[in-house]
Amino acid sequence: MAMAALRREGRRLVPLVSSPRPINAIQSTLAPAEEQVGLGVRSISTQIVRNRMKSVKNIQKITKAMKMVAASKLRAIQVRAENSRGLWQPFTALLGDTPSVSVKKNVIVTISSDKGLCGGINSTSVKISRALHKINSGPDAECKYVVLGEKAKAQLIRDSKKHIELTMTELQKNFLNYTQVSVIADDILKNVEYDALRIVFNKFQSVVSFLPTTATVLSPEVVERESEAGGKIGSLDSYEIEGGETKSEVLQNLSEFQFSCVMFNGVLENACSEQGARMSAMDSSSRNAGDMLDRLTLTYNRTRQASITTELTEIISGASALEG
Amino acid sequence: MIRQVASRFLTRPTAAAAVVTIRRPFSTEVTDSSSGDTAFVEAWKKVVPNIDPPRTPSQYMQPRPPTPSTLPTKLTVNFVLPYASELSGKEVDMVIVPATTGQMGILPGHVPTIAELKPGLLSVHEGNEVKKYFISSGFAFVHPNSYADILAVEAVPLDKVDPAEVQAGLNKFTQKLSSASTELEKAEAQIGVDVHSALNFALTG
Repeated sequence: MAMAALRREGRRLVPLVSSPRPINAIQSTLAPAEEQVGLGVRSISTQIVRNRMKSVKNIQKITKAMKMVAASKLRAIQVRAENSRGLWQPFTALLGDTPSVSVKKNVIVTISSDKGLCGGINSTSVKISRALHKINSGPDAECKYVVLGEKAKAQLIRDSKKHIELTMTELQKNFLNYTQVSVIADDILKNVEYDALRIVFNKFQSVVSFLPTTATVLSPEVVERESEAGGKIGSLDSYEIEGGETKSEVLQNLSEFQFSCVMFNGVLENACSEQGARMSAMDSSSRNAGDMLDRLTLTYNRTRQASITTELTEIISGASALEG
Repeated sequence: MIRQVASRFLTRPTAAAAVVTIRRPFSTEVTDSSSGDTAFVEAWKKVVPNIDPPRTPSQYMQPRPPTPSTLPTKLTVNFVLPYASELSGKEVDMVIVPATTGQMGILPGHVPTIAELKPGLLSVHEGNEVKKYFISSGFAFVHPNSYADILAVEAVPLDKVDPAEVQAGLNKFTQKLSSASTELEKAEAQIGVDVHSALNFALTG
């Protein structure tokens, strides 16, 4: 009867374990325990349940600690991300927002994290990047990827390896600052031919909500073309250009500066989102571990009481057999 | 419980009256005008109908006011740096920016301009008070609705600059320039000389 109860327990435990990967490793240890039961042993040994309880408790402690670490990192980086939000607004005010522009050479810059256990934000970024790639590649338009971060690289390399132009990882090893990002931006601009750069990142709204965003930076030739065609950037001609020898030189500098500013904000927002997502993932993981621990405790007690009852019954029946 | 409700009612109107951005921990204000770029959303829905389209930066921004018919009296200035928004939406009388073609004064009703900036002195005039900053290069946009956006990579208020350090730096870079061998070294030394002499000029002039 205890065996049947445990089998029922095992089946109920399986749908609980969804996202946190460490807990899945423990699931496999239940299988050999059941095999031992199948060999004709009366009840499952309490030792096995006790081992499982110990490992689940450790996992709960670890995930709780990871959540605290992510919370403290989030607090630090949130301030910087909020302060950098003013940086891209002048560009959008001047040049407008043109995600639907159609150009020959598109480059999708995907920003992702290096470490895992951060929920679904990297998969979301990759999904959006793939969709943008689909929209923007056609008979006369090509689309390439520039990938920042391990996680997106791992996912995109599987099916779009020939479209990836450049990858960069370990961005957050040193403190994120504008100089580093501007060097990265310079690298990208030098090595990749582009008409439009589409930067994909997750904008931080709160610990449970991240908004996938795409910001578009156009090359100076496309800006000229669009301003002549009218539409959003149509009023660019009315602006006087001060400085530099020619208008195109200033527009070139402007476009490069815009790229580095938008990238800086994007990288900070993505880092914020990563810490927030990790916080909520670790939180749900430790809650799951707590639930699992409760159930295991019940099982353990039931098993222990069942074995005590069995022993008692044997003794009593033996004694009554001797008497009568 | 009634006391709690009453206290909440008392605090809410005062919070609305004071225009203070309450920083909630682990959460930020994101103004979301949900109308995205319709052409983009259409193109997206055709190709990938199952996924929501991503947002675009214009959805996170308050739209700027249109060009007024009469000349406005004040200039609204946004002075932003990568790590802070020094001034945002501040109404001033005049701003003088160090454009590459020289110091440029911006008054309300200035013709729309895109100006590239060189390292130099930025001064913000509001009534009788003048705030001076030394900025590294950047850009300045003046929009037809008397909004000025100044973007710089670094800025220091001028009173925080140490004249002795500036002189020492200038000497060091002039020395480096004369002893430079490769093009890269020469360029770096030249940049150092330019910045320090601009600093010197800003401090004295």
